[in-house]
Amino acid sequence: MAFDYDKYIRPGKLPHIWCPGCGHGIVMKGLIRAIDALSLEKNNTAIVSGIGCASRLPGYMDCCTLHTAHGRAAAFATGVKMARPEMNVILVGGDGDGTAIGGNHFIHACRRNIDMTYIIMNNNIYGMTGGQFSPCTPTGAKASTTPYGNPDPAFDVAKLAIGAGATFVARGTAYHATQIDKLIVEAIQHKGFSVVEILDDCPTTYGRRNKYRSVIEMMNRLKEVAVPVKAAEKMTPEQLEGKILTGVLHKIEKPEYTAEYAKVIERAQAAK
Amino acid sequence: MAKKVAFMQGNEAAAHGALYAGCKFFAGYPITPSTEVAEVMSVELPKVGGKFIQMEDEIGAMAAVIGGALTGQKALTATSGPGLSLKQENIGYACITEVPCVIVNVMRGGPSTGMPTGPSQSDVMCAKWGTHGDHPAICLVPASVQELFEETVRAFNLAEKYRTPVMVMPDEIVGHMRERIVFPEPGELEVIDRAKPTVPPEQYKPYDTQFGDVPPLASFGSDYRFHVTGLNKMADGFPTTKAAVVQAEEERQVRKVEANRADIMKWEEYMVDDAEVVVIAFGSTSRSARFAVNEARKQGIKAGLFRLITFWPFPEERLLEISKKVKAFITPEMNLGMCTGVVKGCIEGNAPVHGIFRVDGEPINPNEILSKMKEVK
Repeated sequence: MAFDYDKYIRPGKLPHIWCPGCGHGIVMKGLIRAIDALSLEKNNTAIVSGIGCASRLPGYMDCCTLHTAHGRAAAFATGVKMARPEMNVILVGGDGDGTAIGGNHFIHACRRNIDMTYIIMNNNIYGMTGGQFSPCTPTGAKASTTPYGNPDPAFDVAKLAIGAGATFVARGTAYHATQIDKLIVEAIQHKGFSVVEILDDCPTTYGRRNKYRSVIEMMNRLKEVAVPVKAAEKMTPEQLEGKILTGVLHKIEKPEYTAEYAKVIERAQAAK
Repeated sequence: MAKKVAFMQGNEAAAHGALYAGCKFFAGYPITPSTEVAEVMSVELPKVGGKFIQMEDEIGAMAAVIGGALTGQKALTATSGPGLSLKQENIGYACITEVPCVIVNVMRGGPSTGMPTGPSQSDVMCAKWGTHGDHPAICLVPASVQELFEETVRAFNLAEKYRTPVMVMPDEIVGHMRERIVFPEPGELEVIDRAKPTVPPEQYKPYDTQFGDVPPLASFGSDYRFHVTGLNKMADGFPTTKAAVVQAEEERQVRKVEANRADIMKWEEYMVDDAEVVVIAFGSTSRSARFAVNEARKQGIKAGLFRLITFWPFPEERLLEISKKVKAFITPEMNLGMCTGVVKGCIEGNAPVHGIFRVDGEPINPNEILSKMKEVK
């Protein structure tokens, strides 16, 4: 039987704003299947975003949804989770929103290890504002504000998250749709701050300027560059040149923030 | 039983006022001269099962406050000058999404880093015009430790009642002075909680005007699911660019405060009835002004004090009335004329307005005001 997405979609809020060939819809379907697999209660699930194409996702979802200011999703979400730790809090957003203007909130959410899941849809570009380069745009790539090629080095979102203290970091691609569900499920189940970077494509503002002639061509690139972490173990550095590791990249246990704060409350009340 | 009396700092009193009002969530970022508010909250909140979080920056602090408030809790942040500037984007977000919250901004010199420990009253325009776009503004300017406690309680009440951010803005002198405070008993001061929806969840709309200009607000994590966005929105909370809806919503948001000015505005008149010279002042400056008025009366000058307790909404109507009977106004303030400008704007030229402006971190003393009274009487 076909999966029933309608249960999680707000009636009347589709069609979405995303362009044909955009990977965000694939990620949303993955998120829905993950929520369903985990039987998360809609009333008890908050989906929080900042600004940008990816950040419109919560509006389509029949949960408690919060579309905030540019880059601030992690900080808003921290308030929600801190005030009501029993809620499932899921963040969604793009690479520009999360790593540029939101970079500070992102690294500190990682550091606190607060139990939330952040899905970063990395399409290497600012889509909604028309294709300006982001901190994830590859060096040399064309964007509307890098007409001669991007001089900036790019962030590796997963490494940034690991370095900042996130206790679960995974990476997938929009091509590998079924893997997305698994990564999101595992991320939500993880007790702590989990990051799932999903490489997806923006044919409209990135592909067009960077000689990807079709959506299929962009999708095929994702297929070609992705190497599962397990497979990578058996590959030589030469073979790994230009490849991107996918799967669960980092998973450790560390004290979770709201649980630690519950202990603060206990200590304060014992001392009263 | 005798009431609890303490000798306490203004900032500490603000924190205790918040606790009295039922505040259960604080997010902030340390900044002088407001830090004691955060410090007291970090001690007291966990005792009552509340949450304190020190965020990575002022922007994040304001964001977390809104997130916390959306789960149904009363939420507070405290800041000062540059912090208030950083918070403005998200204060605007709280305005358009109509999420109740309270910001205590202890005024220091500015602009920019200015004078971190020097007193100032120069954020009153920032309280109204700091964030972009049209939005309501409520700003309270208490003048004593006791009043800082009570006005913080009232700030939460106004925030909950009108679904809007409310600012409490003591100047640094009021924030840091120590005075006797008599704690009100529980129940002695009114404590208002936001209206919760009574409709079935499937019928709930967070901006449903059939419930008036201030629709009930559900909580995240309750039986109600809803969407919140900083975009202009329809009654159901979803974005719209439909001209008529956007116009009506923006007007409603401002109207919910403007139509209730009488409920929100608060001031004190001291010997104004027969006064020929009226000093208009707020915060610590109003204390110097009261002293000056008493001295002036002893010397046969018919002086009076009009003390602002709310700065926004500004009591324009009453000042216009008074302006018809007086020879002059004196407006001492620790800035270069912010209040003076607003007074001039509302009295229709009925009387001259003489400002006394200091931005050097020194308080305005009674003699400066008294001299001005002698000059203009």
